[in-house]
Amino acid sequence: MSYNSIVMVKQVPDTANISGQVMKADGTVNRAKLPAIFNPEDKVALELALQVKDRFGGRVTVITMGPPKATDILRECLYMGADKAALISDRKFAGADTLATSFVLSEAIKKIGKFDLIFSGRQAIDGDTAQVGPQTAEKLKVAQVTYAEEIIAAKGKKITVRRKVDDGYEILEATLPVLITVIKEAGEPRPFKAKRVMAFKNARSLLELEKMADTNSLLSVDKMKEDYISKSLFISTYTLDELKIDPQRCGLAGSPTKVHKVASVKLGGGEHESIQPTKDGLRSLIDKLAADHIFG
Amino acid sequence: MKNKSNDVWVFLEQRDGTPAEVSFELLSKGHKLAATLKSKLVAVVLGHNMREVAMKTFQYGTEEVLLVDHPALENYRTAPYSDVMNELVSSRQPRIILFGATFVGRDLAPRVASFTLSGLTADCTDLQISDVVYQKREYKDLLLQIRPAFGGNIIATIITPDVHVQMATVREGVMEQAVISDAGPGRIVEIPYEPKPLHELVKIIERHREESAVNLKGASIIVAGGYGMGSKANFGLIHELAETLGAEVAGSRAAVDAGFIPPQRQVGQTGVTVRPKLYIAIGISGAIQHRAGMQDSQKIIAINNDPEAPIFDICHYGIKGDALEVIPMFIDAYKNELK
Repeated sequence: MSYNSIVMVKQVPDTANISGQVMKADGTVNRAKLPAIFNPEDKVALELALQVKDRFGGRVTVITMGPPKATDILRECLYMGADKAALISDRKFAGADTLATSFVLSEAIKKIGKFDLIFSGRQAIDGDTAQVGPQTAEKLKVAQVTYAEEIIAAKGKKITVRRKVDDGYEILEATLPVLITVIKEAGEPRPFKAKRVMAFKNARSLLELEKMADTNSLLSVDKMKEDYISKSLFISTYTLDELKIDPQRCGLAGSPTKVHKVASVKLGGGEHESIQPTKDGLRSLIDKLAADHIFG
Repeated sequence: MKNKSNDVWVFLEQRDGTPAEVSFELLSKGHKLAATLKSKLVAVVLGHNMREVAMKTFQYGTEEVLLVDHPALENYRTAPYSDVMNELVSSRQPRIILFGATFVGRDLAPRVASFTLSGLTADCTDLQISDVVYQKREYKDLLLQIRPAFGGNIIATIITPDVHVQMATVREGVMEQAVISDAGPGRIVEIPYEPKPLHELVKIIERHREESAVNLKGASIIVAGGYGMGSKANFGLIHELAETLGAEVAGSRAAVDAGFIPPQRQVGQTGVTVRPKLYIAIGISGAIQHRAGMQDSQKIIAINNDPEAPIFDICHYGIKGDALEVIPMFIDAYKNELK
């Protein structure tokens, strides 16, 4: 049997490479200064979905919620081998916590239609919460397997997955449909295929077409959309209206958690004893620690 | 309107019937929070043959245990556990629920938050109760959920002002266990479990538990390396120093991401929290993400060639120099001094 997969991906600020310019004087983060990247574990999730497709057949649809710029990572998904990509984007979705995010994602997935498997990375590097996967599964009323390390087998309506747990691993057999969150060790994302880069580098989401039309009065969005659809270069786009969902459950309005305070982590220079990087310096340090009964 | 309560709940996590240490840490913290709120501490215990464990929670100040005991609940599985919790939380509306930020807690808590539309904050490093003014409205006795955010570059205080149930997961080892000397016996409320077909959609085929060879939490000395070590080959020096000192080896998240060291040896917000007698941080800049996991160490030595590295703000002894030169000197000096 073949399997239809949906992969949830996210474009994230590259929090691993934060330089001085990124941190503002008040300790908050200047997001505009951070490069936006494909969340690493989501890329591994896509890899696993593509492996399922390679082994058993089926289709892989990738979705992301984010600003129009997030279309960048959808194109990357197409380059890797995804069959279809959809952008979920609306100003009203901005400022969402994990609950509001999972609500919008689950509604978009209902709209996209039947699926056997949903994949996502365990967590995104900007929040590290690992909440959106399980929260989406709960809203869709499907089973979940988190921290997946390996898809062992799939047969009929059953999939066997190895997952990491605190002190070892478990092998689970899940009845489809199931949502699987994937850890980094589960696979190595495949490189872009040159042919697919050529084919999809001009793929555009509706919001990108609108932006193009904004800057050129000769272009009409409807006409362009038709044109892009006919060339299979249109990335479907779901807005609030399209999804027909309650704006009170989306974005900042639909988020129970609020950021009350953000504190700089710049520490006031704590006092420490400076040890010279010399033989004598180290010897005196070791003597001190021995006197404190830490060594010896 | 359902009856809301002001109670503080702790989800008691167990593995093969043995309660997880983090659950006792959370009960200890929960006891303090409940005292501030003048409410009661409730332990929620799911499993099989768990009565003894339920009784054990009393010594941490638990006044009431919600005990759901059934053979089908022997091992943690998402569906039955989340279904039971969803039902309990919906009907009893506690004010606060704490989970360990473990594989179990991070699997379970988001499902419960999603079902009950509660606020949930992951990986808190501190919890406080405080009155808050948020957007010109006054809120009494909110739970301040404090966690490093944004790759550990900022510390955020999260609140959930407009929903009743405030949920948080908390890292292992962050809160201290405290047995209450004059704890009275609490009461145990047995909740019946009803098996449902939906609970059996995921079956455990095999469980492989290994006594972890890595025991960072129990180590009295830890030598930790960061991205500043430059390469996996250079990281060998970290191992050499650790071996000399009889220490455990650890690493920062960046060192794990770079493949210098396996993830189970990661110290920090997304790794393990440790409190050894001595922590030697080498080539670690000291982002809050890392500091969250080691700043309570008794003594900290920092070795870094960047004199501006924030690690120097929290260390007791700072060595500004090239790790590749300092470590061999350190090893020699140690062998000479303590022979």
